[in-house]
Amino acid sequence: MWSLLGVPVLLIGLVARLNPLIVVTAAALVAGLAGGMAPLALLAAFGKGFNDARYVSVALLILPVIGLLERAGLQAQARRAVERLRAVTTGRLLLAYFALRQLTAALGLLSLGGQASMVRPLIAPMAEGVAETRLGPGTAVRAVLIRAHAAAADNIGAFFGEDIFVALGSVLLIKAVFHQNGVAVDPLRVAFWAIPTALVALAVHGARLLRLDRTLSQDGAP
Amino acid sequence: MIRVQAAYALAGLVFAGVAIASAADRANPRRWRNAAFWGLFAVSFLLGDRLGDAGNGMLVLALVVIGGFGLGQGGAVSTSAAEREATATRLGGRLFLPILIVPATALIGSLAFKSLRIGGQPLVDPAQVTVISLALGVLVAFAAAMILLRPPVSAPFQEARRLLDSVGWAAILPQLLAALGGVFALAGVGRAVGELFGHWLPLGDRFALVAAYGIGMALFTMIMGKAFAALPVMVAALGAPLLVGRFGGDAAAIGALGMLCGYCGTLMTPMASHNIVPTALLGLPPGAVIRAQAPTAILVLLANLALMSVLAFPHGHP
Repeated sequence: MWSLLGVPVLLIGLVARLNPLIVVTAAALVAGLAGGMAPLALLAAFGKGFNDARYVSVALLILPVIGLLERAGLQAQARRAVERLRAVTTGRLLLAYFALRQLTAALGLLSLGGQASMVRPLIAPMAEGVAETRLGPGTAVRAVLIRAHAAAADNIGAFFGEDIFVALGSVLLIKAVFHQNGVAVDPLRVAFWAIPTALVALAVHGARLLRLDRTLSQDGAP
Repeated sequence: MIRVQAAYALAGLVFAGVAIASAADRANPRRWRNAAFWGLFAVSFLLGDRLGDAGNGMLVLALVVIGGFGLGQGGAVSTSAAEREATATRLGGRLFLPILIVPATALIGSLAFKSLRIGGQPLVDPAQVTVISLALGVLVAFAAAMILLRPPVSAPFQEARRLLDSVGWAAILPQLLAALGGVFALAGVGRAVGELFGHWLPLGDRFALVAAYGIGMALFTMIMGKAFAALPVMVAALGAPLLVGRFGGDAAAIGALGMLCGYCGTLMTPMASHNIVPTALLGLPPGAVIRAQAPTAILVLLANLALMSVLAFPHGHP
């Protein structure tokens, strides 16, 4: 029961806006010690968990390539590439990326998108470039809104697409967790049950992205 | 057989290069701190399998202490805006080529490597095809970028340093959250939450339970920064024993929709690297990404609760 003390540690850290690295580590130490783990076993479990999760950080490998291309004007080129397309608006561009991200994630192709590999070098500058072409130079507030929506399109598309793909970690985790609790689950059916939510997310976020154009043109009016 | 350790070794070399570039970066007032941080991260990737669990634990604590005190921002050793416009004009659409190589290689690799065998042995570890294909794609794209742009040899490390400076300590947060989830599971947090709920919740009402499970997943994910860490807790507490066990819910639906409720929480929490990393990479004020995501997250969460109540209990009312 005392292991629950780890939860308020996280909560306090979150509310007090402390550095998440410190908060997470403190929560793990408190939960482990209060839950009766020996200090050395706790240290080993923490280290093993970190080491076993190194695969998530392999995505950072793309940064040298992105940096080299940015150094050569990639973001400027991304802006130019969309300036010629007349039918494109910021909302429609982000909607296209969002829908494509969701579809490819559902096919297991999560590495086709990403904040470092797609949003920063391509999608965000394109979305800003389109707004500039259509609405003229904008304020810093507009730039923040557009960039935040570019990041959001990537996250939301990935989250509500990826679980449709059976071989993905999260589907297998669901199966494993229920198995630990003595319930057998078929991964194919778990993946199937991610479809209704994916459609809801497509409708909700798609509508919001189309409304974004209206917000932008109102804010952009002189 | 090519194992995932090859990708880790590559990442280790990149982080080691970033550590050296950080140490040499006189524009950064905390350059030694940055160098120590990326140097230790490089050690984790190069030697993590030989350090032993306790050794890795010490390494993580050192990373947390250095990162927790705050890293410095280095200089922007890069090209000027005018130079960038000039190379962009010269190269045009060819600049996009290396970026597209990465997903293309990842796609081909994850399809082809599964069946590729040499002497009866799979060429690539079948369990790690995705990660290895991604690393291979980056290598090919890197070669293409070097041929296309002919930058100075130090440029890749300087540019990686510049981008990693903007990500900062958040680079290790996903791995740290995974470690936290592991410790919580070992310490029995899930069981404890279940006992707590048992005392306080009206366990006879199915909709109240669905709401507690779904909203609990979202809230717990917001606190833990990761739905993967929240799911074992909520399934052990409510999902398996009550929603499936007592009310006859479809475990596949309860599991899938529970996880998706957790993702709604991820979209709204400042603890998640999914929100911290783009905030840093796009130079946004804190909270901007979460504000863009929250309306969708809340609506999808409500839809999930409705879907669960209506569709996940095929045998009707108890």
